[in-house]
Amino acid sequence: MIKMENIRKVYDTGKIEVEALRGVDLHVKKGDLITVIGPSGSGKTTLMNIMGCLDKPTSGEYKLNEQNIKNMNDNELSELRNKEIGFVFQNFNLLPYASAYENVEMPLLFAGIGGKKRKEKVEYILDKVALGDRMDHKPNELSGGQKQRVAIARALVNDPNIILADEPTGNLDSKSGREIMELFVDLWKEGNTIIMITHDPRAKDYTDNFVNITDGCIV
Amino acid sequence: MFIKNIAQVFRELSKQKLRTLLTLFGIFWGTTAVILLLTFGAAVKANSSKTMHGMGESICVIWAGRTSISYGGFPKGRNLSFYKDDAQYLKEQVQLIDDISPQYSRQVPVKVKNKKQNFNINAVWPEFKEMRNMVPRGGSRFINPIDMEKRRRVVFIGNEVEKTMFGDEDAVGKLMYINGTPFTVVGVIIEKEQDGSYNGRDKDAIFMPTSTYLSIYGDRFVDNLVARAKDVNKTEQMKRAIVAAMAKKYRFSEEDTQALPIWDTTEADQFLNVFFNGFTTFLGIVGVMTLIVGGIGIANIMYVIVEERTSEIGVKRAIGAKKRVILMQYLIETFAIAAAGSVSGFLFSVVLIWGINQAPIEEFVGVLILNPAIAVTTIIIISIITLVAGWGPAKRASTLDPVVAINS
Repeated sequence: MIKMENIRKVYDTGKIEVEALRGVDLHVKKGDLITVIGPSGSGKTTLMNIMGCLDKPTSGEYKLNEQNIKNMNDNELSELRNKEIGFVFQNFNLLPYASAYENVEMPLLFAGIGGKKRKEKVEYILDKVALGDRMDHKPNELSGGQKQRVAIARALVNDPNIILADEPTGNLDSKSGREIMELFVDLWKEGNTIIMITHDPRAKDYTDNFVNITDGCIV
Repeated sequence: MFIKNIAQVFRELSKQKLRTLLTLFGIFWGTTAVILLLTFGAAVKANSSKTMHGMGESICVIWAGRTSISYGGFPKGRNLSFYKDDAQYLKEQVQLIDDISPQYSRQVPVKVKNKKQNFNINAVWPEFKEMRNMVPRGGSRFINPIDMEKRRRVVFIGNEVEKTMFGDEDAVGKLMYINGTPFTVVGVIIEKEQDGSYNGRDKDAIFMPTSTYLSIYGDRFVDNLVARAKDVNKTEQMKRAIVAAMAKKYRFSEEDTQALPIWDTTEADQFLNVFFNGFTTFLGIVGVMTLIVGGIGIANIMYVIVEERTSEIGVKRAIGAKKRVILMQYLIETFAIAAAGSVSGFLFSVVLIWGINQAPIEEFVGVLILNPAIAVTTIIIISIITLVAGWGPAKRASTLDPVVAINS
């Protein structure tokens, strides 16, 4: 499903060049649960951004579902992000003025899905993350764990092939963190492919498929 | 979603009350300026043209002058005169003439009851009415062909004449002694604006049929002729044809520009048009400048909004919003702000125009009318300015690097 070969990413800040990734090879199969670990500044997030088609590698080959993203334009990448990838961020990144329902609905709007089907999907997915009774709440009326569930629902709503989560429990207390972790595991058991950056030691309880990045290389 | 977005814009704007207020005021004032200045220009133009046309629209007043070129054995400097049958002669000779009337005039003492005063008496044909805008007040009339034929002793009088001689009474049907001869007043002119005249204003004059006049006074010479072309655009040709016909009859050179002085009001119309188009354009530019300043304000505030929402834009891009979706969102939001400013400006202008029309300045600027053309022009100008103002911020929003934006 994900096939990365010799991926390099260089940030040119003008004066100096920073090599964030130096030749990463990574293969992810459908149904995998992969945990990416590594010290900060090691290139985890850069790897995630490239996997999520938010960024393009400086060199190397990245194929997502047999499609080489190198030759895609911005519109095609946007569509890919919309349909194939679900993002979950550390600080939730919900729109503060929109309700839980509206936040989850947003990817469907960008996908151009009609009103009735949209409603069905949003309600189904919010039920699934146990927020069926909080649909009309704004983010500031929800707890941290609930916010992250909304974000997960938003990532899932378009039935993506891969879920990318960047430190999804990093901003949560331990109880909420465990709940979110369990939610991810449940989703994985249902057959979802999940790639997660985490420092959370509990991750070891659920998976032993680790990728350890240090200084831009997988070790 | 758009409604949500727009609501969000206004929420964010309300956080910056003063800045928003100043921005909205820019557009508000610009809109008001454009509408008011254009309306004002149009009103002054309409008013000038109305008062000028008080004397008549697209007419030629023709006098007998003095030759300046010797011709056919006559020396130059010969005084010409019009005679009784000249109007009829021209009507037959010049096909381009639609209406023509001779005009005799003289100062004569007029008496009503105990009041006595001198007035200017004009003897004309019934055709004079249409050409010179002699609109009778309701229930009264101008002199007609039967008056002409029967040499009736009837007069049509100016509204000031009525006021002076009859006070508050209605003069129609009453008697008026002109040089001792009794005349019946058959009509009174309505009040009209007139800023061009020869021979005094119509409101101060008395009109009677030429037939009646000649039977009493027997003038040899006609003071002047008034003529109008069938087609306004052929006024020039008509004038040349009149000069040619008269030159033939009275034996002067067709090239002699002083033999037959003609006052062509269409020339003044053309001047007025050019002048007021320039005037209105100038006023319009002043208004548009104000709007452009408002547009700069909008661009400024939109840049701030984009800056403040960078992270949100990044998230939207990450979950699949295409560049054009973001671009459209911010353009629409810019238009929403501009619409808020311009709609209030528009309403304010309507109120202001109403207020100005209540003030006693009608004589100078006329009645301000907000015509649809001005409204449409203003909308088009605002739309263009808004598009230009919104394009930069919207483009910036849509081309943000999602990775950088999310983490900002």
